[in-house]
Amino acid sequence: MMTAFRLILLSGLVICAVATALTKNLKQAVIIYMAYSVIMSVIWILLESPDLAITEAAVGAGITGILFFLTLHRLHLIDADDAGGKEKEGEEDAHEEDR
Amino acid sequence: MKKIDKDSLLGLWLTGDLNLTDRLYTDPLPHPEETEKYQPGHDRKTAVRVTRCFQRVYTVCAALLCMVFAAVMLLTVANLPPYGADDAPTVNEVAERYVEKGTEETGAVNTVAGMILDYRAFDTLGESFVLFTAMCAVTVLMNLRGKHRRLRVETETVDYHADPIVRTMCKFVIPVILVFGIYILLNGHLSPGGGFSGGAILASAFIIFAMVWGEERASRTIRVPVIKGVTLCALGFYALSKTYSFFTGANHLHSIISPGVPGRILSAGLILPLNVAVGFVVCCTMYSFYMYFRRGEL
Repeated sequence: MMTAFRLILLSGLVICAVATALTKNLKQAVIIYMAYSVIMSVIWILLESPDLAITEAAVGAGITGILFFLTLHRLHLIDADDAGGKEKEGEEDAHEEDR
Repeated sequence: MKKIDKDSLLGLWLTGDLNLTDRLYTDPLPHPEETEKYQPGHDRKTAVRVTRCFQRVYTVCAALLCMVFAAVMLLTVANLPPYGADDAPTVNEVAERYVEKGTEETGAVNTVAGMILDYRAFDTLGESFVLFTAMCAVTVLMNLRGKHRRLRVETETVDYHADPIVRTMCKFVIPVILVFGIYILLNGHLSPGGGFSGGAILASAFIIFAMVWGEERASRTIRVPVIKGVTLCALGFYALSKTYSFFTGANHLHSIISPGVPGRILSAGLILPLNVAVGFVVCCTMYSFYMYFRRGEL
């Protein structure tokens, strides 16, 4: 049971890591990266280091993702229509911030 | 041809849609004298060929590098000693001392906190200064263009405060997050957690506050002098309480305050105040990162 759980977690980790690199859409890439951090924090608990799990969940899954979103938003690489890095014509479009 | 600015160029590069030959060689050149020397057909063909060749070489090199790196890492992992083996190089007198005498010498039940804030408190001081330096760098970068030409994000169009669900939920969630962060900060020497994670959790509560109630309101509530003062006081306290070992020859890193009874909240000597100091630094840094990236100023 535990082995199966670990295998699921580890394969999820690998899938998330590869998907982060291969995704073209930047918003989706950041969300997948946050999912990677969540899986990693569960793995830290299984590896008996709860300190790292707390830090990973707070920093990796929370604050890093928010900062990524803000940076992409500032560079106009994500917007409401989920253009995901495509060149945008009007900068006056309503910006919807995803969190 | 549309004029491309730096941002969209970066965007195209990040998404892999950047085709330099199409972009740069069909754009009108800025100086007319250069345009006369510029021969579109010949240069363009050469450029296309060079770029395609470079892209192919780049892809092959990247794939090769990845495979070599993965092979090296997997070989290293395969050659590691078994988990928990007695003859592993990590099992030495240092780890032995941490495990056997950690609680007795530092007074911290959480041995990790005892290690990072007592035996190796100097390293943690360096980490706090790394965060502080990053904050200074972001401040300098965001204010590079002078006071009147700051990088301002366009006005907030999403008003979370107007949303009754978000507003009501945040009124419940933010106090819980704050209490949890304070608990992790203060219990750093007794249970898992400590300065860094506690500070990050506190910062996430403040960031949610700034997100929902707006950055203007947040910067009125949490004032800039408070953030700067708290950061400086925390760093200064940490530095003062640990740099005495500079003057004693750095051989005597042991705390002069008695460890107290392990397991009590007021024990472990300097670890509790140092945890709080680190937490304040981390919290203020993360929060000001958010504000700088969102608003362009604190």
